[in-house]
Amino acid sequence: MNISKRLLIAVPYLWLLVLFLIPFLIVFKISLSDYAVSIPPYAPTLDLSKGWAAFSELWSGLDAENYWFLTEDDLYWKAYLSSLKIAIISTFLTLLVGFPMAYAMANAPDEWRPSLMMLVILPFWTSFLIRVYAWMGILSNEGLLNQFLMWIGVISDPLVILNTNAAVYIGIVYTYLPFMILPIYATLEKLDHSLLEAAQDLGCTRSSAFWAVTLPLAKPGIIAGCFLVFIPTLGEFVIPSLLGGSKTLMIGKVLWEEFFSNRDWTVASAVAIILLLILIIPIVLFQRNEQKQREAGQ
Amino acid sequence: MRKFTWFNAVSLTFGFVFLYIPMVILIFYSFNASKLVTVWAGFSTRWYGELINNQAFLDAAWVTLKVGFISSTIATILGTMAAFVLVRSGRFFGRTLFSGMIYAPLVMPEVITGLSLLLLFIAIGLDRGVTTIVLAHATFSMCYVSVVVSSRMATFDESLEDAAYDLGCTGWDAFRSVTLPIIMPAVIAGWLLAFTLSLDDLVIASFTAGPSSTTLPIKIYSSVRLGVSPEINALSTIMIAIVTFGVLSVSIYSKRVIERQKREEQLANS
Repeated sequence: MNISKRLLIAVPYLWLLVLFLIPFLIVFKISLSDYAVSIPPYAPTLDLSKGWAAFSELWSGLDAENYWFLTEDDLYWKAYLSSLKIAIISTFLTLLVGFPMAYAMANAPDEWRPSLMMLVILPFWTSFLIRVYAWMGILSNEGLLNQFLMWIGVISDPLVILNTNAAVYIGIVYTYLPFMILPIYATLEKLDHSLLEAAQDLGCTRSSAFWAVTLPLAKPGIIAGCFLVFIPTLGEFVIPSLLGGSKTLMIGKVLWEEFFSNRDWTVASAVAIILLLILIIPIVLFQRNEQKQREAGQ
Repeated sequence: MRKFTWFNAVSLTFGFVFLYIPMVILIFYSFNASKLVTVWAGFSTRWYGELINNQAFLDAAWVTLKVGFISSTIATILGTMAAFVLVRSGRFFGRTLFSGMIYAPLVMPEVITGLSLLLLFIAIGLDRGVTTIVLAHATFSMCYVSVVVSSRMATFDESLEDAAYDLGCTGWDAFRSVTLPIIMPAVIAGWLLAFTLSLDDLVIASFTAGPSSTTLPIKIYSSVRLGVSPEINALSTIMIAIVTFGVLSVSIYSKRVIERQKREEQLANS
């Protein structure tokens, strides 16, 4: 291996080590430290001027106290469970909206497809924050949705939607819809239509051919789409904070408040580590699904 | 066999109405004369005028653009290097860790990335400001760039490079005159992706920004937390217009490039 090749590996490697891996180790270390009224608000800190003694001092000062604290206060359990619940339900709702769209795109005439793809991708490029914000004006008590519903006479009093979990679901489905549509569309587009013809020749109706052929073949895309929605939703902060109410408990919001409002960095770090442990399972499953798809493609 | 049914038409119509109505409403109400965002009081460009005179927003926009340009350029260089390592370098010590560090930031919750970077900056005593946001953004966007570029490189015909070497190119010459032009569309796409990710980021920027380096998303977030404001509607409209224009022109341009390449290939084959 020559020098330029070594350099090619070393530069991004070092960058990621310093700015990705080491920060994690610091989070882990602080999650084991004690809260202290100082700057920075945790103890012990690594004081390199003490030499090697600093490391042993650091080591002896660490314990799992913050994690015990998380189990004692049921706010955290509730926040983890409620994040899981919101992530599962909204992933399902996104699938419900996204699948028919992806299916319709795959069935659309060839010359429409690039434009339809463009229409799905375009919102993805526009600001996430603005797309969430747009719903605040629609869902509020005197917002457009309530005005419209009262005008057509469905309801006489405005519905309270903004600052409830319902608004959070709407916001998640809205912002993550492209992530669901694109992988499903990718699998449906490759689908060999002679298989459907064969199924119908063998006596399937259109709908039973859909359940027996189309859906199983679209499975990898559906799984990929679900993970792409589920994983970021679990740690979501912007949507629950703008559209959700004070009762909407999501772990991303709890971490933010623990850090910025309570200034308790040690507990915030412990919350982060546990969130990460919860995320490892879906991430590993997702990677396996991708691997399988890649092998099937070759 | 492939039939576009009425059910397909209905689901597409509803889906796109759902995707676009909120933005259309936002744009519509940005031209509202009234301060009340839900009552239409006639056409006016008043809020655009107030936006242009709002120094805090202009400062934030400038910081955001600066951070976006610098961080996406660093991310593109590092991400392209990382893509080369992933596709070309074969086995080396710590390869698993390397590819793990490339893919992990893609699925990492932003609150964790932001928190961990902030704790690093505090531990090494780096003052929070534009530099820290740039470092943070470059780190997570380089992973996106490397995924985009490495997927393009996977289909790259390496015999083209060998031909360049045979014709007397040095490594750098071959890279500049053969490899780079071929992967260029992916590099540009990666840069654009990194740039939009940076412009859009609220959470990581909130953790890593200092008091003098407020970015536009931070500014927007702090003013909309209490409710809808007509100035933000105007700002959103401007941002939506720029993105729409940008995405459409890039896609039309790349379509032309692909068509030209196809024609040239046909000519070469005939």
